[in-house]
Amino acid sequence: MTKLFKLSLTVNGNPYERQIEPRLLLSDFLRHELGMTGTHVGCEHGVCGACTVLLNGDPVRSCLMFAVQAHGHEVLTVEGLGTIDDLHPIQQAFWEAHGLQCGFCTPGFLTTLVPFLEENPDPSEEEIRVAISGNLCRCTGYQHIVEAVQLAAEKMRA
Amino acid sequence: MKPPPFEYYAPTTVEEALVHLAEHGYDAKPLAGGQSLIPMMNFRLAQPAVIVDLNNIEGLSFIRPEDDGSLAVGAMTRHQMVEKSELIVEKAPLVHETMPQIATSQIRSRGTFGGSLAHADPSAELVCVSVALDGEFKIANQSGERWVPAKDFFLGLFTSVLEPEELLVEIKLPPFPERTGWSLKEIARRPHDFCLIGVAAVLTLDENNKCQGAKLVYLSAGDGPVEATQAAELLKGQDMTDEAIRAAAEKASAEEIDPSSDIHATAEFRRHLANVLTRRALKEALDRAKGN
Repeated sequence: MTKLFKLSLTVNGNPYERQIEPRLLLSDFLRHELGMTGTHVGCEHGVCGACTVLLNGDPVRSCLMFAVQAHGHEVLTVEGLGTIDDLHPIQQAFWEAHGLQCGFCTPGFLTTLVPFLEENPDPSEEEIRVAISGNLCRCTGYQHIVEAVQLAAEKMRA
Repeated sequence: MKPPPFEYYAPTTVEEALVHLAEHGYDAKPLAGGQSLIPMMNFRLAQPAVIVDLNNIEGLSFIRPEDDGSLAVGAMTRHQMVEKSELIVEKAPLVHETMPQIATSQIRSRGTFGGSLAHADPSAELVCVSVALDGEFKIANQSGERWVPAKDFFLGLFTSVLEPEELLVEIKLPPFPERTGWSLKEIARRPHDFCLIGVAAVLTLDENNKCQGAKLVYLSAGDGPVEATQAAELLKGQDMTDEAIRAAAEKASAEEIDPSSDIHATAEFRRHLANVLTRRALKEALDRAKGN
């Protein structure tokens, strides 16, 4: 039996403590240990971007990190962005501009875009396309996502 | 897939990390940013019995100007920190220009300067750029440390001079001579993909605008970073005319690089791209050298 490690961290502002195996990926920790299934797991090798979460405010692939490495750190997942009744402006914009179809990739796009729009309140289309280049969407062809980001930027500037 | 079980150590000092590496030898693998090692573990292509996680060693994350004008970068400095560093803009502009071309923002949040080099992937931008810049690598083990020039560090595909009980701890980037220009050009299908081929050029002009020295180093062009020394020799002492640039690009792309064919491109197409990119890189480096 592998030695277990005590993991204490903050997820969406709430403290959690669990005993875990070091090989447990952060993505699986969030989904299976905490039941936060908003973080999606696509490729598990850092290509698709569906599992993107914010670690101390920076976007990271949660499938390319061991949960034990998040000890003492702050994680923000899509569950921490907004609620059904009070969506985050980026979520609202994705809804209004049809930035999703099946929705599998959406949590990764949203979390990637939070720090991007905070640092770039008025991005060009080119900058948006570079910012989302690490997130794959197989439904939309990206055009509606780009429009959603433009709308989100507008909402966040207001 | 999921990574297989391993013993896990998270030392807070280099000395402590070296103790674990010395104890476990080939069974142990240091974990830097994990953006290459963890996918390999997820695929079970890598199954290290022991992981020595370097992420809690704060002393390995720094960008520091040295008295001799060079810049020292700690091995665990994250790409994102390098990307945003004013010191890098000022003292290592080629590195600054390289950063956005390394993977995606999510990877750059975690990936590290030294991790990328120690991984020794010939398609990694920093591997190529560190050779183009005549970087020097500080390697630590329990009995002390040694310095290795970038060009001697890489031995082949994913292989460097690092012994299992050693750690890459610092990278030193010397300052450019006066009237030096630089450029990094690569072709990738999307901005963050592994590139089909790429080249870093560094060019220094003398007072008559002739080439005093040039360096052309290619990525994704062989088993390691490929330096085109014959092409650089052709340029030395020459006026940097279009003909001289074309001759150097021809020499390097036809004779000095060794790209392979795969599903994305044939070797022949990669040579063609290398030729075009070399000309573009040398012209950009030339403009910058004149502007200095």
